[in-house]
Amino acid sequence: MCRIGAIKSKDFVHPSTALCLMQSQQKGHDNSGFAMVMQDLGGVFADYKDKPLMSYACTDAGVKIVEDFMREKGFSLAFHWSPKKNDATGLDIELMQHYHFENWDYPKLMANAPQAEKEELLTGIRLELRRVLEDAGDKIGFVYSFWPDVLTLKEIGNPKDIGTYFDLWNKNDKLMAKIITVQCRQNTNYDIVRYAAHPFFNQGYTVLANGENTFYVKNKECQKNLHRSYIGFESDSQCFLYTLHYVHRQLKWPLTYFKHVITPLPFDQIETRDDAQVLLSIRQSLPHLEINGPNTIIGVLPDGTMINTCDSKKLRPVVIGREGDTVALSSEVCGLNDIMPNRDASKDIYTNERETVIINNDLEVLRCKQ
Amino acid sequence: MQTVKINDITPNDLPWTIEWSEDKCKMCGSCTAACTFGAIEAGVEGRGVTFSEGVAPNPQAAAKRAVPVIRQVADIKHRCTGCGMCEKVCPNRAIRPVRNEDNRWNFVNRSAGMPKRGGRSNLGVEDRTLDKIVVGRISQMTDPSLDALRHTFDMRAPFGRILPPEQLPLSVGPDGTLQMDKPLPTVNWIYPLVFSDMSIGALSTRCWEAISMATAYLNEECGIPIRMCSGEGGMPVSLLKSELLKYMILQIASGHFGWNRIIKAMPDMVADPAGIIIKIGQGAKPGDGGLLMAQKVAKHIQAIRGVPKSDLLSPPNHQGLYSIEESVQKMFLSLNAAFKFRVPVAIKTSATASSVSIYNNLLRDPYNIVGGYLIDGIQGGTGAANEISLDHTGHPVVSKVRDCYNAAVAQGRQGQIPLWAAGGIGLTGNAAADAFKVICLGANGVFVSKILLQLMGCVGNDRGRCNACNTGLCPAGLTTQEKKLVKRLDIDKAAQNIVDYVLAFDSEMKKMMAPIGNSSLPVGRSDALVSTDEAVANKLGIQYAC
Repeated sequence: MCRIGAIKSKDFVHPSTALCLMQSQQKGHDNSGFAMVMQDLGGVFADYKDKPLMSYACTDAGVKIVEDFMREKGFSLAFHWSPKKNDATGLDIELMQHYHFENWDYPKLMANAPQAEKEELLTGIRLELRRVLEDAGDKIGFVYSFWPDVLTLKEIGNPKDIGTYFDLWNKNDKLMAKIITVQCRQNTNYDIVRYAAHPFFNQGYTVLANGENTFYVKNKECQKNLHRSYIGFESDSQCFLYTLHYVHRQLKWPLTYFKHVITPLPFDQIETRDDAQVLLSIRQSLPHLEINGPNTIIGVLPDGTMINTCDSKKLRPVVIGREGDTVALSSEVCGLNDIMPNRDASKDIYTNERETVIINNDLEVLRCKQ
Repeated sequence: MQTVKINDITPNDLPWTIEWSEDKCKMCGSCTAACTFGAIEAGVEGRGVTFSEGVAPNPQAAAKRAVPVIRQVADIKHRCTGCGMCEKVCPNRAIRPVRNEDNRWNFVNRSAGMPKRGGRSNLGVEDRTLDKIVVGRISQMTDPSLDALRHTFDMRAPFGRILPPEQLPLSVGPDGTLQMDKPLPTVNWIYPLVFSDMSIGALSTRCWEAISMATAYLNEECGIPIRMCSGEGGMPVSLLKSELLKYMILQIASGHFGWNRIIKAMPDMVADPAGIIIKIGQGAKPGDGGLLMAQKVAKHIQAIRGVPKSDLLSPPNHQGLYSIEESVQKMFLSLNAAFKFRVPVAIKTSATASSVSIYNNLLRDPYNIVGGYLIDGIQGGTGAANEISLDHTGHPVVSKVRDCYNAAVAQGRQGQIPLWAAGGIGLTGNAAADAFKVICLGANGVFVSKILLQLMGCVGNDRGRCNACNTGLCPAGLTTQEKKLVKRLDIDKAAQNIVDYVLAFDSEMKKMMAPIGNSSLPVGRSDALVSTDEAVANKLGIQYAC
């Protein structure tokens, strides 16, 4: 199964820390892929926080399509960065020709538009660009995210080699972030494509999961009608992102109700609650967003809040540890031991089956019972 | 010269013939007394007798003797239905009905110039769609199965209108929690198996009482929130005024039988019924009305229905209702208003090529009060419908449920109008497997009825055995109001059989939910199913496996 991890810190963290977090868990995944989302960026992107950052991987033809498309839409390139690549022989990685991370200036007409309008524009551009790339041919290019202050890297291959290729093992000050979510992949249950790797990102929300979503078909059938950005579904874990996005952003329900949607309380327990009416109404209106498989879910909200929750039977492991100004989440405790050797392990949190753990930007850890 | 009798009906023209063994018969008369159809009679036949006298064999022909015999009555009205009561009561197993493959039934049974009633679907039980579907997605390693005995399961299905999430009257309160600003349409969460609509006129009082006893027992002793639909025709006033009314779903059909009494009882009701079903049509005889034969209209039925002893016809449509959009909604409004919007109101139609259109209309319900859609398929129904309707009209339910669910999915409205399926669920005795598969295809739950009769002792089947529910002569005491026959039914045993079956059903459902990793009902989990028939797989949109 996949191994997942997340780091949230008051200081900037280099991806090498995330790689170390995952390295000791290598027996728990099959070296088939690696993905990472970095938010609240420092390093070379520190000066461009307000400009949407596009993360994509392309062939030559794909790059031309992206550039032409963006210019046609009125965007102008503000900053371009590609990681230093290490073309050592023998690396287990399915390479694309180009890996681009580009900050774009909004079209002039949109420069002073309200935030909500800008967000819709960015979402539309990403969706349209993805479709254009897919229409242009198989595996021409993949656009992962287009959002201010968010960088996404996904690749098929051995995570260790992917780290080597992108020079992620060498700690430097170019690529830094305060939030890093990361996954080392087990082959996905559905199509093995780059998009299938989580973390998944949509409109400021990031989600990654360790587990199986047995309600994938139900979730997908329901979600595809809920929002235009709910597309793809290359992985059963993608559904968790859309549910979080839907509950929190679209329905504007408090964060703790995400848990009530994905793993509602049994009817006999609902009946004993003071808020039975509310919980019952949620359960009966959103049964198709329930999950029933084993899962650990890590999510990041647009404001940087990080959450963790599990399936209602607690079938998948996760542990949360803290050292100094950094909190980290990991599928296995050995990951925490590697990057936080001096932490007080007795204070580690093993999120339980009815709990949502919320970590705010002051790194306060809140444990909410469902 | 004597007339040649070649045009007369003989037992060989009838679907069943009686096999009687003179050697074993002790002429006790049990069989003729038990045969409610008058298909056998005691008679006398002239026989030549050979006898022997003396110490050594010395056969001699004697004069003819009159010998008592049991013989089959060879006329259409008193034909043998194959019910086998004679065999059941015979102490020596000297008599039994035998299916007559060479019968001329289809040619002789229309002799009175009227369509014949009584029968079952001719679709048979061998070629069912549900039997071509198996559960294929079994959770194993990364996605563990549940333990059917140790895990808890939420075995509940909605009955009532469910609002889409964005229409929920929720707001964030000062303490950061969601609060409900106004009441929602009533939704009752009930067991996904409902005892379907068979009226107190169609069934014997004891039979109906046995089902209602089983319902109450399952609810109060077993914790299974099962519901029973009254069928058209109302129910005893004592029950209407009882707390137990909460386990009943009242039905209003086109004849509106019994509703006068129900309405009069409303001020004295101490509990709300679990729901109301407006029956537009039924799968056994789609487009045809219900008919309670005059011979079954006993005094108590006359009292409940408020009509004298005569054939009671429920017309094939609700008079005055011309479209789903207007008329049904008006009924829904008035019925909802009658119970002050505390009781969900659902609608039942037979499965038809237009089921999806109906469901689409219901999904657009602007009043948010359509509490459910029950589709009744061709394989339902007992023996009281016209044979011609049973055999040649109707629509299987499985693909219609799937089509309706898919239509809802396409609109993002799945689950908002609960979808219930009936008609052939449990036809082979495996109701849990059937229910599980239909639920995976999109239903929220199922209605069953015929299987209840069979649990209580009905001997009829879909191959033409008995099926005389319309005659008022039910040999098992189930579908008759004849006092002597009704007494044949052991009410406690009948209720016990139903309770036992539902308990087994509950275990079996969990045994099927466990391997796919579901602790709640697998509504719409079509990915859990595969079909061994490519056409079925394609039609239902599930995997094909061979």
